[in-house]
Amino acid sequence: MKPDVLIVGAGIVGSACAWELSQLGLRVLVIEDEAVGGGATAAGMGHLVVLDGSEAEFELSAASLRLWDQFVARMPEGVEYSRCGTLWVAADQEEMAEAQRKHNFCAAHGVRSEMLDPVQLAETEPNLCPGLAGGLVLPDDGILFAPVAAQWMIRDSKAELLRATVARLEGRRAILADGTVIEAGITVNAAGARAPHITPGIPVTPRKGQLVITDRYPGFIRHEIVELGYLKLAHAASGESVAFNVQPRKNGQVLVGSSRQHGVKTHEIDRHMLERMLRRAIEYLPALPQLAAIRCWTGLRPATPDGRALVGPWPAQPGMYLATGHEGLGITAATATGRLIADYVANRPPIFDATAFLPERCFHA
Amino acid sequence: MPSTITIFVNSKPVPATPETTVAAALLNAGITTFRHSPRHEPRSPLCGMGICMECRVTIDGVPGLRSCQTLCREGMQVQLEVEPA
Amino acid sequence: MSAPFDITVVGAGPAGIAAAVTAVESGARVLLIDDNPRPGGQIWRGDWNSGREGDWLNRLAASHVQLETSTAAIDERILDKGRKLILATGARELFLPFPGWTLPGVTGVGGLQALIKGGFDVANKRIVLAGSGPLLLACASLAREKGASVMLVAEQSDSAHLRGFTASLWRHPGKLIEGARLGLSLLGSAYKTNCWVESAQGREHVESVQLRHAGRTWQERSVLLATGFGLVPNTELAALLGCHVEDGAVHVGDWQQTSRPSIYAAGELTGIGGVDKSIVEGRIAALAATGREAEARTLFSDRTTWREFAAGLLRTFAPRPEVLSLAAANTPICRCEDIPLSEVAAHGNWRDLKLATRCGMGFCQGRICGSITRALYGYGPNSPRPPAVPAPIQALLEEREL
Repeated sequence: MKPDVLIVGAGIVGSACAWELSQLGLRVLVIEDEAVGGGATAAGMGHLVVLDGSEAEFELSAASLRLWDQFVARMPEGVEYSRCGTLWVAADQEEMAEAQRKHNFCAAHGVRSEMLDPVQLAETEPNLCPGLAGGLVLPDDGILFAPVAAQWMIRDSKAELLRATVARLEGRRAILADGTVIEAGITVNAAGARAPHITPGIPVTPRKGQLVITDRYPGFIRHEIVELGYLKLAHAASGESVAFNVQPRKNGQVLVGSSRQHGVKTHEIDRHMLERMLRRAIEYLPALPQLAAIRCWTGLRPATPDGRALVGPWPAQPGMYLATGHEGLGITAATATGRLIADYVANRPPIFDATAFLPERCFHA
Repeated sequence: MPSTITIFVNSKPVPATPETTVAAALLNAGITTFRHSPRHEPRSPLCGMGICMECRVTIDGVPGLRSCQTLCREGMQVQLEVEPA
Repeated sequence: MSAPFDITVVGAGPAGIAAAVTAVESGARVLLIDDNPRPGGQIWRGDWNSGREGDWLNRLAASHVQLETSTAAIDERILDKGRKLILATGARELFLPFPGWTLPGVTGVGGLQALIKGGFDVANKRIVLAGSGPLLLACASLAREKGASVMLVAEQSDSAHLRGFTASLWRHPGKLIEGARLGLSLLGSAYKTNCWVESAQGREHVESVQLRHAGRTWQERSVLLATGFGLVPNTELAALLGCHVEDGAVHVGDWQQTSRPSIYAAGELTGIGGVDKSIVEGRIAALAATGREAEARTLFSDRTTWREFAAGLLRTFAPRPEVLSLAAANTPICRCEDIPLSEVAAHGNWRDLKLATRCGMGFCQGRICGSITRALYGYGPNSPRPPAVPAPIQALLEEREL
């Protein structure tokens, strides 16, 4: 029987779309050629974070976090959710001014946050190096293990999961690598960085990120700690960057990021970037070198030219919706993305005004 | 006869020899719980050859070292997460 | 930057030592590294004064091989050390889980042997050894020599298999076998075939073990239990370097070359076969890597003999179905993450299993549980990620000042 919806990609975004579309009573088929949550979803930090780079970004992340609260209440222990909060750390007075700006933004938008002076910062995170200017804590941010969240969403949605490789996705049909054609009412391209491989013309390019995870050191850090230089580095549209970004997994493991490399298509560890990333982290956490690293790995995140995700109908392919291009914000933004796609499909008012994320901005007929 | 040295396990002296691995010295001192698993089950060396990682302890401040792969040194400080019985 | 050595050898067990000594005798500059504090591997363990072990170890000591112990090769930077690389990373024990196998006081068989060689005093300790393969006897005889009371050696293989195997041994007068025969004669009635451990009981330490033999079960009160079901190759570093791994062993050609240029593999990681196979493979790899193919060729027939012997060994001691199904629903399969059988079962492949349960994501990087899932379900880890061995973050950086 022809499915109402055909989703390509069972990462966190495709899985959230499957869950929301199933709630509409639609028959959903998800096609994934690897493990559920095994692509960029497994190579993200699983940081659920409110961002304030723009009103649109704030709306997307804040709406997502509200939805995540409902999800994690129902998800199994294996999702390892922890409301550890985000600590934005300021190295100097310029970054402290940015912390204050963020604090004001949060206050104006009803998000809890708390400024820390250097003494409070050192008490909050004793392993941070001395001499920092202070920081800002957002206590309602959290972390989770996203592959398990994606698996739960697929299971709970009752969507059908097909293990197959899609060679091409066009309009209302998918052509599998073996030539099989699957027709559907609508399609959703949620294939992450591979979205343009199956539907040429989607303006998404891979951005490689690398991660290192350590053995368990409970209490070594308590918050997801991110340097305030992060935003200016991350949003540089091209080139390479690293930023101090570390996370205390619920089990005590320390996850160390982050790096970005544009246009790299392979999964090998890039030793130069890995080293830059680790040295940046060690500047902030001088005791980090002694911690035992268990694993280094990489992922390819889907980046767009303007840094905003692509969520909504894709005018080039009538019948197709896009849910990709989230780059480093895919885990956070997955829930609102799924809801938005369902809102558009059901033709109901969207959860928030997400015009800024409509793919039509990138479509030039 | 190998000369006797002293290592310290959670600050308590334990006799050893320079030819003895830290794992063997702990076992000889009657210490059977080297660490606890995530569900807090007691664990001790399994493979004896640096593979299973069950014997890892903190040595001279460095955490996560395999005691079965480390020879005792005079004055070495070994820290277990639990006080030895 | 030119490589400082002609040949790097990773692993200072029989294969690695044979390779390093052979290569250096060919005039090559050779670096030999091992993450143990002493050379010799699991089987020789710095045993300088006896027979063939002493011979190879003394040749190593007298040679110009640069030996670096307590040194782990953790990633592809090992390739920068020399122009050619010979991997001799050996094997580890296969553990098959049963209720209680994680209790303190339960070790591997090779594990107990290694601990004894590391100075663990077993005098007057009551020991049960259970599992499969010649290592049981080698360990039992070492434990006896050190004053332990070996209560029982339980070999799961059946006597018919063993008779066929021992009948073929006259062609292979290896030391392992001599040791095994010696052990067998000393043990007498303490050696049982068709016998295996079903469970271990205790709270903080093993207090008793339940055994099964000929339809009968009983408990043996003991202080220590050593268990192991033979060996599995250590292929992680080879796989990380891109060498083709097939059926759990590194695939090699006639010259012990792997699928990657200038990388050779010798010894247990190419397929379990014991010390003689390891030595001959190490020598062939070194001769081939130093351009002495004609000499290497003269060793091919020896290698064939030992590989056939190894195949017989594997057939004889293959685990019976009963010992593959001892774990209970709550028995940990992944010890690092405490993932029980009930959660591990019902995943079709390693990656699904890992992402759904965290099985294999802990400190041993799936070495113990991955070998178990391979034995139980036919799949295990297939794309290891660096570091090949957990290492301080410091070690991931280049060797310069922070």
